[in-house]
Amino acid sequence: MDVGKQDTVTGRITTGHEWNGIEELETPIPRVVFLFLGAAFVFALICWVLYPTWPLIWTYSKGLLGFDQRATVTRQVEQAAADRSVWTTQVMDKSYTEIEADPALMHLVTETGRTLFIDKCAACHGVNATGGTGFPDLAAKAWLWGGEPETIEETIRIGINSTNADTRTSQMLAFGRDGMLQSGQIADVVAYVRSLSGLAPAEGDAARIEAGKQVFADNCTACHGEDAKGNKDVGAPDLTDANWLYGSDVQAVFTTVYSGRQGHMPNWGAKLPPLDIKILTLYVHSLKKVAP
Amino acid sequence: MPEFFHRKIERNAIGFVLAIVGVASIGGFVEIAPLFTIHQTVEDAPDMRLYTPLELAGRNIYIREGCYACHSQMIRTLRDEVERYGPYSLAVESKYDHPMLWGSKRTGPDLARIGDKYSDAWHVRHMINPRDVVPESIMPRYGWLARNELRVDDLGEHLAAQRDVGVPYTQAMVDNATRDAYGQATPDSDAAAGVSERYGAATQVRAFDGDPSRVTEMDALVAYLQILGRLTEAPYKQQSTAAGE
Repeated sequence: MDVGKQDTVTGRITTGHEWNGIEELETPIPRVVFLFLGAAFVFALICWVLYPTWPLIWTYSKGLLGFDQRATVTRQVEQAAADRSVWTTQVMDKSYTEIEADPALMHLVTETGRTLFIDKCAACHGVNATGGTGFPDLAAKAWLWGGEPETIEETIRIGINSTNADTRTSQMLAFGRDGMLQSGQIADVVAYVRSLSGLAPAEGDAARIEAGKQVFADNCTACHGEDAKGNKDVGAPDLTDANWLYGSDVQAVFTTVYSGRQGHMPNWGAKLPPLDIKILTLYVHSLKKVAP
Repeated sequence: MPEFFHRKIERNAIGFVLAIVGVASIGGFVEIAPLFTIHQTVEDAPDMRLYTPLELAGRNIYIREGCYACHSQMIRTLRDEVERYGPYSLAVESKYDHPMLWGSKRTGPDLARIGDKYSDAWHVRHMINPRDVVPESIMPRYGWLARNELRVDDLGEHLAAQRDVGVPYTQAMVDNATRDAYGQATPDSDAAAGVSERYGAATQVRAFDGDPSRVTEMDALVAYLQILGRLTEAPYKQQSTAAGE
């Protein structure tokens, strides 16, 4: 076992280890690795000094740069708000009528409004605000609570049946499940209600309409009104128009009367600043029904 | 010179072992050291509330179904995230998360502030078939959650396990876990009152899946999703104080 013996093939020296005649070459870590390792250490040392790093006894080293991700992002958000303030202060200061009369401002509002709408509202109301079963079509303008900008703003801010203390509250009672009406009576009133908006009667419905009218007069007029035009104070829908939030087929209307309905609009006042709510209101108010 | 250093260290077994231990412990130290000043890096949130048994069961379903593989629960300190999702996540918000579900990849959106963003009915429809409410969604369906009865008999043990790792559940909470899980999803039952009593008046007690007659896995998961980001007001306060500086 010769330490440092020169290997004849590679010209390298050996470590002196030998197993069954096989000797191990001495292969040190290449210098370049040490070089990069050293450079990495130097880099780390510089970072230790510049950025928050080490725990001290009561606090941690804050670094010479005073770097703080939270402060940075807060500053960026504030900067962005300041950059937009050219027109956002106008939005906050002006009335809805004034803003809507200003096409240049409305252009900015609807551009921002669309992004906000897609982020916050589109999951339920759809990208084009056309809603779906259980989620109102905002473009159709069949407003349950009123379609004035002020009313829309209120609905966004406090929600419907939401966690807000001042929430709008509305409930379609479960006339069947809670035993207020018998199945036959429900079928009657369903036939009557469907006839109000001119839907083609289902088989056997024609005979029920007359009886249904009486059931309606006894049970439904308190909220939906004697003319069935609804009541925006309690969010009761107009039953004579062509908009059916939960479906217009016999089964869907039957389920509505039997089990009741209670929609839910979240409490956006807790999540969105007043400016965003105003922009969304203007956006929603500006929506037009597009032909399918 | 590297050659000499390497020859020396490799010929000294004890020295080499000590050197390995020394270098490896740097890694350990770097992980442990931040805990020395944890009182400075984790915020205080006196209003931080606990997960109810039903929410904890929902959290377990969230883990079971692998939701964390596609959804993160961590809003980073970046402007686009703050503007889209809400105030950035604070460490204290994960105080009672064992294990934490921050996630590392977003195939779907971040869920850290999903609570109270959509209605229960939306969540139920979305779980049964995401395409029903979001046509472009690629999320799988989880319809069975609405059919599966929730297993509630062992929830006391889940609470006890969480208590063992530092979540301050009281003995009364552990003892009543099954009853509270049932009560939170059945607002008209006698068990409902105990939930608000033990977990605070702000606890949401309602039939999350829309059917008060039975407690399903859907009830649990929706209850959990609706509480995400609402365990404490601290992130909102933090943001407004940071803005005031």
